[in-house]
Amino acid sequence: MSIDTSKVADSNRGTAATTAKPAKVGAVANWADERLGLGTAMKKNLRKVFPDHWSFMLGEIALWSFVVLLLTGVFLTLWFVPSMGEIEYHGSYDPLRGVGMSEAMASTLHLSFDVRGGLLMRQMHHWAAMIFIASMMVHMMRVYFTGAFRKPRELNWVIGCLLLFLGTVEGFTGYSLPDDLLSGTGVRAADGFMKASPVVGSYMSFFLFGGEFPGESIIPRLYTIHVLLIPGLILALIAAHMLLLVYHKHTQWPGPGRTEENVVGYPMLPVYMAKAGGFFFIVFGVIAVMGGLLTLNPVWKFGPYDPTKVTAGSQPDWYMGWPDGLLRIIPGWESVIFGYTISWNILLPVLVMPIVMLIVLILLPFIEAWITGDKREHHLLQRPRNAPTRTAVMVALMTFYGLSWIAGGNDIIAIKLHLSINQITYFLRGAVFIGPIIAFIITRRWCISLQRHDREKLLHGYETGIIMRSPEGAYSERHLPISDTAAYTLTARERETVYSPESDTDANGVAAPGTRLNRLRSRLSTLMYADNVQKPTAAEIEEAHHHAEHDAPALPAGKSGHGTNGEDFKGIHH
Amino acid sequence: MRFLNRSAGRISRHRRAPLAGVLVLMFGLLMTGGLYSAFSPNAQAETAVTSAEDIQKGKELFLVGCAFCHGKNGEGVLTQRGTQYGPALTDVGAASVHFQVDTGRMPMAQPGQQAIRKPSVYSDEEILQLAAFVDSLGTGPAIPSEQAYTLPDDMTDDERQEAITRGGQIFLTNCTACHNFDGSGGAMPRGGFAPTIRGVDPIHIYEALLTGPQSMPSFSDGNLTPDEKRDVIAYLQNTESKPNYGGFGLGAGGPGGRGGLCWGVGIGALVGFAIWIAAHTTRTNRTKPAAAGTDQTGASA
Repeated sequence: MSIDTSKVADSNRGTAATTAKPAKVGAVANWADERLGLGTAMKKNLRKVFPDHWSFMLGEIALWSFVVLLLTGVFLTLWFVPSMGEIEYHGSYDPLRGVGMSEAMASTLHLSFDVRGGLLMRQMHHWAAMIFIASMMVHMMRVYFTGAFRKPRELNWVIGCLLLFLGTVEGFTGYSLPDDLLSGTGVRAADGFMKASPVVGSYMSFFLFGGEFPGESIIPRLYTIHVLLIPGLILALIAAHMLLLVYHKHTQWPGPGRTEENVVGYPMLPVYMAKAGGFFFIVFGVIAVMGGLLTLNPVWKFGPYDPTKVTAGSQPDWYMGWPDGLLRIIPGWESVIFGYTISWNILLPVLVMPIVMLIVLILLPFIEAWITGDKREHHLLQRPRNAPTRTAVMVALMTFYGLSWIAGGNDIIAIKLHLSINQITYFLRGAVFIGPIIAFIITRRWCISLQRHDREKLLHGYETGIIMRSPEGAYSERHLPISDTAAYTLTARERETVYSPESDTDANGVAAPGTRLNRLRSRLSTLMYADNVQKPTAAEIEEAHHHAEHDAPALPAGKSGHGTNGEDFKGIHH
Repeated sequence: MRFLNRSAGRISRHRRAPLAGVLVLMFGLLMTGGLYSAFSPNAQAETAVTSAEDIQKGKELFLVGCAFCHGKNGEGVLTQRGTQYGPALTDVGAASVHFQVDTGRMPMAQPGQQAIRKPSVYSDEEILQLAAFVDSLGTGPAIPSEQAYTLPDDMTDDERQEAITRGGQIFLTNCTACHNFDGSGGAMPRGGFAPTIRGVDPIHIYEALLTGPQSMPSFSDGNLTPDEKRDVIAYLQNTESKPNYGGFGLGAGGPGGRGGLCWGVGIGALVGFAIWIAAHTTRTNRTKPAAAGTDQTGASA
């Protein structure tokens, strides 16, 4: 037995040990690290662990579609002329040749017909915008339904809501830029909305348009807002959103080995670098296919905006559809106060409701935290069924949104389904109030039923689908216990307690301060938790299992899992 | 020209010649076309002088198919409540009859909010006879000739282009409010609708402009000159012949329909891809230890 001792230092003399010459990549990395200190920053973050679940990638769709928006948007700015200066069109599209229009419209036509790839870029930009907002909403619903907005993530929820709002405004300003018939109609509507605000309406309108509508400044102003102001704000908020995500660490679904203190998943490099990076190309690809195949905003058919013209089927983009829908179905309420007309029919649906909706969204986490009084951090997600009232609240909001949205397309629905537009309007006037209530009740009861089902699975096992006949002739279905993993996952939730205020009055019969508020809190807490099905206690599970074993001898060894061969089974559940 | 040789034997000899089949086919087509044009009433429509005989035949058709609602002499029928059952046709003119009957709107299958376009039940000749009869009841516009709704051949390309552009502007000002920028139609109150004007014969568009059927206002010659009507039709035909530059038009359902596509196609596909990506996790060459228990809920996959 011989040991190679050539590499072992045998004296303290001689030359110092040197490392091998680094590879080229290493040399570059070292050069950068010594100057930028990247190593320290990256050491921790490159290996940062994220949990893996498809629903965690919904926000990524929004992020990547925003990147597509930036890329295509920069392309468009190279040719778009944000000016209302009037010129005669002399481009490639014959039917509009010689028609007077703004430079904005002419340059949009130029982009569509004379710039290589211009029309594709225009359509990609528009599709990406619609997908950006849609994916933000889907992401938001995921966060809400799973309780990911709870402490410490409330502020990130608020940032998300602001992003949704800014995205909508950004979309509206972009929609208005080409100065075609539809976008002009939209700007005219916005002008009307502004003028409907009491007292300051006309001033606001004149301020924005630089005089009477349409003036000559609105397109350049919207352009600055669209390409500089709002994208800057959105970028800053996205940065904050993602920094907070890294700081809070990502939430995860409960399961064996997953606690409030750890994150189980894969490291950023190489797994999520590949997954997220690849997802960008997929998002880009889907948007490119849509931009290439599906017409969006064919401005050449609309023609330039002219206040004397309008087209049937004028609608805003989908995300503005719900206030438009409310505007369409609200009765024509107006009142005259001191000779001034207050147009409730415009004020309520377009100016009040979107703001109310935004405030409600922002407040949701804080309202829930107040009702529960929960000050702990939560990193484990909840299944929607385990928060029935919360889930039902969001479904009710979604129902309201959806019905309002349908109202925004009442003319299209009337044509396609051969219905009377009046009847659709009358129906929706009631449905926007009744629909959410029905949806709330159904969702809540549905969740509670699912909870009951989970409890059954824990106590009595899952249904095997095997029907057994006893010697007496009675039929019963065989139940088998679920796996430990499944049982752990089902029970990885807290037992809820209904808040009940302490005594309202002290010994002398004096009401305690804040009693009324506490009573409200108690009532809401009852609504949230009183009907929920709590997970069984250890004793109850013991009891149930004992009961099952008592009824029938234990399963033979090796068959405790998911065997379906009925002859081997002895466990019976009545 | 051997074909014309009278010798039956020689024809017989050539009947299997390579071009014989083609020649016979062409002869057959020429005969059919010639006979058709000789006997078809349509070819005579523009020059047809309505005769007393036409009016008489038209009246017979009218009594069978129209009089039930419009009255035996086209005087109209009122319901017991005094509302109109079928309007009077005394001053609608031949153009109106041609439009309503040729597009199948009249006779109506049943009373309703609006007469629906369907295949016409009358032949071209019968329609002209009906029109002749109704025209004889009073005044009203005649069926337009083809020159009325087609751009003249002697126009230069520039003039033609100007006419199309002018027609487009008139279309956007006067028609799109109901018929949509693409001419694909729009909703009207109480179940009514402005129908699509895509794929509609130019003569029907012209007649509709002239007579204002149903909810549509009539555009008299003082309102839109005959040339302007012609230009609108030229614009519609011009844009109809153009490709869909942006891709599939999808019925021009407006931005609302696009919202559905955004969710259905865009978000649908992307969420599908997200599920696909999450389902494919890291690969390794190392053999894994056997998976410890399966997760039934799938929640923590």
